[in-house]
Amino acid sequence: MAFKSYVLVCGGTACQSSKSEEIYKNFIAELEAAGIKDEVQVVKTGCFGLCEKGPIAKVLPDESFYVKLTPSDTKEIVSEHLVKGRPVKKLLYQGEETKKLAKIEEIGFYQKQFRIVLRNCGVINPEDINEYIARDGYAALEKVLFQMTPEQVIEQLKISGLRGRGGAGFPTWLKWNFTKEVNDFPKYIVCNADEGDPGAYMDRSTLEGDPHSILEAMTIAGKTIGSNKGYIYIRAEYPLAIHRLEVAIQQARELGLLGKDILGSGFDFDIEIRLGAGAFVCGEETALLTSIEGERGMPKPRPPFPAVKGLWQKPTVINNVETWASIPVIILKGGAWFANIGTEKSKGTKVFALTGKIKNSGLVEVPMGTTLREIIYDIGGGIINDKKFKAVQTGGPSGGVITADYLDTPIDYENLQKLGSIMGSGGMIVMDEDDCMVDIAKFYLGFTVDESCGKCAPCRVGGRQLLDYLEKISKGKGTREDIAKMKQIGNAMKRASLCGLGQTAPNPVLSTITYFEKEYLAHIDDKICPAGKCKALITYSILPEKCIGCGLCARRCPVNCITGEKRQPHVIDQSACIKCGECYSVCKFGAVARK
Amino acid sequence: MAKMTLEELQKLRETKKRELEKREVTGKDIEIIVGMATCGIAAGARQTLSAFLNELEAQNLSNVLVRQTGCMGYCYAEPTVEIHMPGMPDIIYGKVDPETAVKIVRKHILGKVLINDHILDKPAADIMKK
Amino acid sequence: MNVKTINITVNGMPFFVHEGTTVLEAAKLVNVKIPTLCYHPDLPAWAACGICVVKVEGSPKMFRACSTPVEEGMSIITHDPEIVDVRRTVIELILSTHPNDCLQCLRNQNCELQRLAADFGIREMPFEYNINQIPVDDSTPSLILNPEKCVKCGRCVKVCQGMQNVWALEFLGRGESTRIAPAGDVLLAESPCIKCGQCSAHCPVGAIYEKDETQKVWKALQDPTKHCVVQIAPAVRVALGEAFGLEPGTLVTNKAYAALRRLGFKGIFDTNFGADLTIMEEGSEFVERFVHGKGELPLITSCCPAWVDYLEKYYHDLIPLFSTAKSPQAMVGALSKTYYADKSGIDCKNIFMVSIMPCTAKKYEIVRSESMYSSGCQDIDVSITTRELSRMIKSAGIDFLNLPDEDADAPLGIYTGAGTIFGATGGVMEAALRTAYFLVTGQELKNVDLTDVRGIEGIKEARIRMAGKEVRVAVAHQMGNIEKVLDLVREAKVKGKELPWHFIEVMACRGGCIGGGGQPYGATDEIRKKRLAGIYKDDTLSKIRCSHQNPAIKQLYAEFLGKPLSHKSHELLHTKYTPRPLYTR
Repeated sequence: MAFKSYVLVCGGTACQSSKSEEIYKNFIAELEAAGIKDEVQVVKTGCFGLCEKGPIAKVLPDESFYVKLTPSDTKEIVSEHLVKGRPVKKLLYQGEETKKLAKIEEIGFYQKQFRIVLRNCGVINPEDINEYIARDGYAALEKVLFQMTPEQVIEQLKISGLRGRGGAGFPTWLKWNFTKEVNDFPKYIVCNADEGDPGAYMDRSTLEGDPHSILEAMTIAGKTIGSNKGYIYIRAEYPLAIHRLEVAIQQARELGLLGKDILGSGFDFDIEIRLGAGAFVCGEETALLTSIEGERGMPKPRPPFPAVKGLWQKPTVINNVETWASIPVIILKGGAWFANIGTEKSKGTKVFALTGKIKNSGLVEVPMGTTLREIIYDIGGGIINDKKFKAVQTGGPSGGVITADYLDTPIDYENLQKLGSIMGSGGMIVMDEDDCMVDIAKFYLGFTVDESCGKCAPCRVGGRQLLDYLEKISKGKGTREDIAKMKQIGNAMKRASLCGLGQTAPNPVLSTITYFEKEYLAHIDDKICPAGKCKALITYSILPEKCIGCGLCARRCPVNCITGEKRQPHVIDQSACIKCGECYSVCKFGAVARK
Repeated sequence: MAKMTLEELQKLRETKKRELEKREVTGKDIEIIVGMATCGIAAGARQTLSAFLNELEAQNLSNVLVRQTGCMGYCYAEPTVEIHMPGMPDIIYGKVDPETAVKIVRKHILGKVLINDHILDKPAADIMKK
Repeated sequence: MNVKTINITVNGMPFFVHEGTTVLEAAKLVNVKIPTLCYHPDLPAWAACGICVVKVEGSPKMFRACSTPVEEGMSIITHDPEIVDVRRTVIELILSTHPNDCLQCLRNQNCELQRLAADFGIREMPFEYNINQIPVDDSTPSLILNPEKCVKCGRCVKVCQGMQNVWALEFLGRGESTRIAPAGDVLLAESPCIKCGQCSAHCPVGAIYEKDETQKVWKALQDPTKHCVVQIAPAVRVALGEAFGLEPGTLVTNKAYAALRRLGFKGIFDTNFGADLTIMEEGSEFVERFVHGKGELPLITSCCPAWVDYLEKYYHDLIPLFSTAKSPQAMVGALSKTYYADKSGIDCKNIFMVSIMPCTAKKYEIVRSESMYSSGCQDIDVSITTRELSRMIKSAGIDFLNLPDEDADAPLGIYTGAGTIFGATGGVMEAALRTAYFLVTGQELKNVDLTDVRGIEGIKEARIRMAGKEVRVAVAHQMGNIEKVLDLVREAKVKGKELPWHFIEVMACRGGCIGGGGQPYGATDEIRKKRLAGIYKDDTLSKIRCSHQNPAIKQLYAEFLGKPLSHKSHELLHTKYTPRPLYTR
């Protein structure tokens, strides 16, 4: 019996945390109750990317895009749409721009995207290997096992121009080639799935939505460089991704796509999962390898590079999830096809996790060279409440801020670096006029200080010193000399830290100083925080001429420090005020002033 | 499941590809829209829909999209079915029982011949273009 | 082996080096000193501090000289204003986490961080101090951990886990709260620590150090009711001079006696006498086991207290193999409060015995079991290290270098060349074989220089024929090397195979006691070799080179003990071992 309709329910972590699992089960139950369970297939897929609007379900072939579902909505969708063919309009995605009901291809969020890495996310059931196979899964592996020499594989990678998506953008083919050329066995293949940048979750989504693409790519690498063993190092905080990987590995083994003598080719390859405890530094490749070995995850000096002496001192190819996910496509469609996408030096696509003050937060995959403006305005739908864009932080805590002046910069590795930021794993946090740059720098520094492994002095001590200066400045106690000292420390950290974490940790500070020095000086010289974020520098007061004495602020004040007679202007007791800003945001008459 | 050979994998891919293609919308240039309102269902639209799906599978047609829609207003002629395909005029058939459905696939879609005794109308111009 | 040579330049100076040389080593070859803090030649580069950064032409990055191997054509810049600036900032950052109390620190004027600050001319602290306040761990009788002063260079951890294979110390916490402590955050006394003190010898600052007990000694010396006596260990005499600017390996035995006498000690004894006595007891034990089959083989030496602790914790199934003879220190201690007390007519309660040791574990040994109270009193009252003695000499205003040479007091100060080589790895074995040969064959060994067991090699083997039988011996030093030896012994025992060796000597520290955890700072293999040479020089200069020929020993047996392994010997000179848990909590 063929199915007449399909319901694709997002099974990504974000949607699952808002009950998509229940929605999935309700769909099945409702269909059964309606007597059409044999006519409609319900599929739990990976992430659709538009996480802002989750939980999401898509009905095919009608391409109805249901958003922000609750478990009880399923009854109506089944009885109206699936039984009677009448889409439930109130639950459909409403395009912000046009206020029109949108089909998926009409949604701005998806229009400028180009999906290679996320090609199967939201399309297939990640827990069914057959669906992956149906989407040309394991066809690249076939090619590598039976038609291509290792040299040809590396040649295609070289032509493709693929560069490591984990941060620094090292050419993938070179990495593979180094490892291939070393005559020292056994060799290892490692997938770095220790994603840790705040706000970044593309690796998690890829693993949840398309785990087989990683397994296939790692097996391809194994065949190419002569390794029979792969490890996926994934943080234990990703239980769903781990589960999907476990299921995928099991299914691949059952079909003989992992294990001994794959597809009768005589090539053996198997993959094991290693769980990380969530230390950010373990995303650094040498620390990650040390952690797999069972030691404390601390970076080691390079050289020797993992390609020569990696896991257990043996040659090791280590790539991150996004890099791996691109590989089967490159093999299948050819390096030249991939090289057609992107800019001169940065090829292919890049997945960004768009968050912050943006309307459509979520995962987006765009060709390299797409401008920040396109991502933020066309895909992201612009700033929440149509406030003024201030800056965007790329590269997470290792990156820097990019200001409005550079919104039309095509994004690639080189351009971001020129602007004092980095590609990193692809986090993109959008800030508006309400964000204070000192505060932002403080946030990121706080993160890296927490996550520094503590091994090397510049990072361990320098990070803390920088954070202390930022705190001092945000309290209005900073001096101009402090800025010079911060630059001195930042430079020493960049030059003398052992690993990427320490070398890039000062970036958020240095780049905010570069682009927003005035804002720093406002904190230092004028003792004001222009964005009104730094609590020590702001006071809330009630303007008697505007206050009508409604008492709303007094009722909302969590510390009861606002008093006043009914219909008389109220007063804030400054000694008790905790500067939470609640009065400021609830006053409908603009009677609360923030200075 | 047992371990596969290369040939088995390729065969499996072909089969599964066809199953999955049914979900896909792009690349399908023929559209069959079945009226599935209460009136249609009462008149047997569900059986008609199944008949379409089964026949398409039997004929191994992967470029046909089957959608359902609500009431088209021809309650007297249910089940109603609307067909769009290149090289043929857009047509609404009425009183399409499972047998007629098979006929539509074989004659209209494959043979490009209209089934005159079931023609009900042409779709209104305003709903023809999206 | 073919070693490739590589062309490089350092600061524009071209030269060749072997492939695999690090930038740091290469620079040293052309007399360029790149500053370091965490690096130590004993240990693989850990690359933690970030002070040794250099530039390589053509690369925008800076590299750590300690861990970057040279490459063909590499053009290295070790010093330019920018590099010096970065280094200075890193040092200033480290200083900002380090208490500014150099004047009160035991490493004052002997601290690697202080030296860096001096070299870089740091005159003010640009940053705010940020010091982790963590309590001091003084739970063991030997060592003190002061985490507040720790610069997280990681040397102690690498020494403890790598060189020594003890795994007592570990990094705990993360980021700025990283600290060095026993794994599981227990006290050092509750950890597998064997008190070898190598951590303290490698610490660049005052974060791990010996428990200073000089005040106890001063107090006793000033107490008119106390008759203070002292013994000095073999390895002290080749290293003490370093504290006064002498070359490592300089023999200062007689100046040390003179200094001790000036400090107020009434009896100047030598642990080497105890070493000779140990040989008599342990050698006889070997003959009993090897010739008469009484007891298990291989016999394993037991004069190193850190090693005793290690065996009791990690290899207690092998306790029956251990020699029951006490260490030389303990033997001199027991005799000073019995034999010497009798002879001089002083109640053992009024005798205050101080031992000068190259070792921190000796502080633990003097209280480790009941047998350390064999005289009826505590046999040794205080054990201090070479480092502590040097400080006492300095604070007493003794002009050490210009002291006249003096002798120790008879009989407990009379020793042979065999006694003195106890301070070197292989020395106990060599001394034992000299005497065992005599005990087994009744004849003296013609050539007493058994060079096979000498040297800095981690595991050494030798064979010697005695009365038609071949004796196979092994010598291991540096705790991390012993596992291999013991595992082979264990395997042979379990499988009933032929024993690989009959007699095994173990010393916990690299090079033996001359490289002990209580010796002057800065030991490297270069220095260890000089100290070893000093020890063998003392042996060669000795008129008598076999323990059984020591007249004072002969007299002791005649007057007091009877014969080796006699009842009295067992009471005073032997001990027992007991399995101990790795963690006591």
